[in-house]
Formats: sequence, structure tokens, C-alpha cells
Amino acid sequence: MTDATFSLTTPERQANPVLMALRRNRFSWIGIGLLALILLAALLAPAIAPDDPLKQNILHRLSPPSAEFWLGTDSYGRDVLSRLLHGARISLSVGFLSVLIAMVVGSALGIMAGYIGGSFDQLVMGLVDVMLSFPTLLLGLMVAAMLGASFENLVIAIAITETAPFVRVARAPTIAVKRREFIEAGKSMGFSPLRIMGVHILPNILSDIVVVASLWMASAIRTEASLAFIGLGVPPPAATWGGMIREGFDNILSAWWLVVFPSLAILLTVLALNILGDALRDAIDPKTRSGR
Amino acid sequence: MMQYAIRRLLLAIPILIAMLTMVFILVRLVPGDAAVAMLGDRASDEALRALRAELGLDQSIAVQYLRFITDMLSGNFGHSSVSGRSVLEEVALVLPYTLELAFAAVVIGTLFGIPLGTVAACRRNQWPDYVSRLLSLLGLSFPGFVSAILMLLAFAVWLQWLPVMSRATTDPINHLRNLVLPALNLGLIMTAYIARVTRSSMLDVMGEDYIRTARAKGVRPSRLILRHALGNALIPIVTVVGLYFGTLIGNSVLTEIVFTRPGLGKLILGALQSRDYTMLQGLMVVFATFVILVNTVTDLVYALVDPRVSYAK
Repeated sequence: MTDATFSLTTPERQANPVLMALRRNRFSWIGIGLLALILLAALLAPAIAPDDPLKQNILHRLSPPSAEFWLGTDSYGRDVLSRLLHGARISLSVGFLSVLIAMVVGSALGIMAGYIGGSFDQLVMGLVDVMLSFPTLLLGLMVAAMLGASFENLVIAIAITETAPFVRVARAPTIAVKRREFIEAGKSMGFSPLRIMGVHILPNILSDIVVVASLWMASAIRTEASLAFIGLGVPPPAATWGGMIREGFDNILSAWWLVVFPSLAILLTVLALNILGDALRDAIDPKTRSGR
Repeated sequence: MMQYAIRRLLLAIPILIAMLTMVFILVRLVPGDAAVAMLGDRASDEALRALRAELGLDQSIAVQYLRFITDMLSGNFGHSSVSGRSVLEEVALVLPYTLELAFAAVVIGTLFGIPLGTVAACRRNQWPDYVSRLLSLLGLSFPGFVSAILMLLAFAVWLQWLPVMSRATTDPINHLRNLVLPALNLGLIMTAYIARVTRSSMLDVMGEDYIRTARAKGVRPSRLILRHALGNALIPIVTVVGLYFGTLIGNSVLTEIVFTRPGLGKLILGALQSRDYTMLQGLMVVFATFVILVNTVTDLVYALVDPRVSYAK
């Protein structure tokens, strides 16, 4: 049986167009490099941060950037660079986890809607339309406010806002793939719908989903920062980029470094993910691929 | 066309009801219940009971649901538990500020975004295209509040050209000065978005046969681009700008908070800080209704400018 599966799916796996396009598009390497740096900074934060991100030092409160505090200190005398590095861990993990949940739930729903069709499809797509009629930030804000501010609730709130797009992204190619001969062949061999969806359809539409995931992760990090700025993020004293800007905002007239550095961190992370997502999308989309 | 319009309008009704159902479920996600969340853990039993009765929380879920839907559909969005005014009154009070801001942003976005996108499409893979794409990528990467804060820092704190806080004022000049930074912030994000959509839409149209025919007939390039191509490229742009409305609202909320500008953003923040759940729920419904309305109107406009749509449906 495994042999049959193998021979049924192999014709679909050609030379990976994504890798080829990435190799050609030099711009995308800026995104990948930037992202790798940020990821490394987040992973190594406890080792490379010059100071404890929570350690208060009232004598040195609000010191501007200097040789001792590279990016200055905040109103409690905490080292901004150390907080920034630790903040990367929260931003990236909230972004990654929420998109992962949204991707798994959304793609499963999308594949089922596309494959089963009929009234189930209509029901799911109706729900998707409704979800999309809530402004992303407001939906996240509402859910986070209702559940209460914590790491887990933030992940849930952002995942809820991003599930609907994945349903759409998974459904359209599923409908295209399910008409192909190898799916018919699978059906005639008596494979269960679950097996057809999981083993035969999913690998064929995975690249579409992954591209969207990188773009939505950019959006998730933006939402996380925005919610933290409003006061619905991971609660203090934990260092989050949005939260740092929120605290620094009170001192914006005297201590610019409190808002500028976390702002740059958010911007660079989102930018890197967007560059990567764009390059991947160009690679997948035959319309833009042929033009290059 | 008429038939399509009626069908599209009727379609909005189930979406509205489903949206209300979702808000109803969301509000019931509150750990404990809304009464405990509003009054705090140490509230007396009598106070909790009174508030539950007032909010209708002592009735069965089915009754609560029916009451909620009928209330909302009849335009009764509840009363703020802080100011005592109705949600609609509160919204009406600040709506002009937000609409003014959103309108200015759309104007700025269209004014800069369409030329930027058109130039990029006509000079594809040359430096104007790269500059335009880089700018729009940058604009799309900024969370609304980050760009707002950086602009505030640059123009209000360092250069001191414009006021830091936008207080309500009756002087029209000051009123405009207050509007400049928030409108620029939202407008530039919008520009990035419109430029990107215009570029891809123009590229699609420029590949059409009738453009090649026009070019072969010797139509001047400027006329070809402005009249023949852009006219048709505008159709998807209209839709996309309509769909962007939800994001625009989200960004305007953040922008208003940064610039301490009166508006829906401050209203939401206030409701959040005072745990005014009736207000939050009402605002959510008002916003989502707005988005559904705009989407419906966008679809109708789309059908109006593109005759193919009504046949297709």
C-alpha cells in the first residue's frame, strides 16, 4: 500500500520552484538574513544580553545610550538592549504559535470545505465571511479583553483573527486538486476521505499555505505589538516590544530611545517576514514567475 | 443589475445575524461572567445580582440570545455603564473626528498611491519600480502606532512644526494642524497599500490584447496609460480600497490613541480601561456593521463599474 501512495504522489513533487526562485531573487536574502539574525538574538538572549531585563537600577534611570548602556535605560533603570533581546522571544513565539494554530485549524477546515463541498462548504465559507468582517485588531482586542491579558490568551486571540484567511487559502487549491486523476484513482482504490485529504491533497497545497503563513506571521507580530501597546499584551514586568513602547511613550519628550529602539525592532522583524513572504509568493504565483 | 443589487443586499442580512451571534459568544467568554468582571471579585452578592438582572444574565442562554439579537437589530446597542449614555450616542459624539481622519487618509492614499503604482507598473523591473515597491513594502510593514510615534517624535518633538497633542479646538487653522500628522500617518500606510494594488492591477491590464491593439494603432503612450489602461485598472482598486476599510479602522484606532485625538480609538480605550463590557460589545457590533455595509456597497459599486459582474453571478 505504501508503494501505491508513493507512486501516486511523486509526479506532483517536481524540482522545488520555491527554492529555485529564492535563489534567483537576491532581494529575498535580505529578508532571510535579517530574520536569521533576529531569531538568533531571541534564542541567545539569556546568553548575550548584557544585563537582567528585569533588574531595576534607580541610580541609572532614564540614562541615554552610552558605552555602559548601549541603548540606554528606562524609567526603572532597566537596560533597554537586554529588554529588547528578551522581548524578541515573546514577539516571535506569540507570532509563531498563533500562526501555527491558525494554520492548522484553518487549513483543516479549508481542505474539508473544499473536498466535501455542498452545504458544509457553504457553512464554513459563511463563517469565514463573518470572521473577515471584524477588523483584525478589534477582534483581537475584544478576545484579549474578554479572556484577560496573558501569554496563552494573547496567542488564542491572535490565532482567532488569523484562522479565516487560511481557510480560504486551503480551500481554493483543494477544489482544483480534487478533480485530478490521482485523487479519482485513490477514491477508486477505496481510500478513506481522511486519508485522501491528509496524504494526497495536503502535500499538494502545502506550499500555498506556507507562503501565506509567513505573511500572516508578519501580521501576527504587528497585532501582538499593537495589543501590547494598548495594554492587552503579556503583562509587565515581562519585556515585550509593544509594552516597552507603551511605557516609553510617557517619557517621549525626554527619552526618545525608549520608543525608537523597540519601534525599529518591530519594524525590522515585520519587514523581514514581509520580504520573505513576498518572494515566496512570487515564486508560487505562475503569473509573476513567468515575468521574471 | 437591479436584481443583483437586491440579492447582494439580502445576503448582508444572514452575515449580520451571524456576526451578532459571534459577538454574543465572545462576550460570554469572560471568565466568571460579565458582572463579576465589571464589579470585581469583592463585590457584594446583592450588587452582583442587581447587575446580572440589569444585564439579563439571570435568564437562560436562549432568552439572552433572542433578547440580544432583537435589541441589536432594532438599533438598541445598550448603555455605557460609565457615562450612562447609549452606545450610539457615544459613537455619534466622536464619529465625525474618526470619519474626518479616515477621509483624509483615503484622499492622501489615492493621491499618492495611484501615481506611484502606475509609474512602477510602466517601468517594471527598473529603478522607479524598485523604489516604489520598497516604499510600499516599508509602509505595509509599519504597525500603525509605530509609524505614528516615530512621526510624532520627528515632527512634533524634534522639529516642533506641529502640535504633540490634538486637543479639540474651534480655530480652523489649529484644527487642520491637529489633523496633519494623524492623517499623514494613516494616509502613508494607505498609499503603500494602494500603490501595490495599482501596480499589479496595471500589470494585468497592460498585458491585455486591446492595449496592444491601441499601441499598434499609434495611441500616444501617455494617453494609452491614462485613458486606456488606468481606467480599467481602477476597477479592482476600488474593491481593494473598500476591503481595506477594516484595517483602516484598526489603524485609526491606534493613531488616535498615539495623538490623543478624540475619536473611536479613545472610546475603545476608555471602555477597555473601565471594563465597560456593554460599551465594548456595542462598539464591536457598530464596527462590524460598518465593515459589512462598506463591503456590500463596494460590491455594488464594483457591479456598477464592471457590467460583467452582474451576468456572472
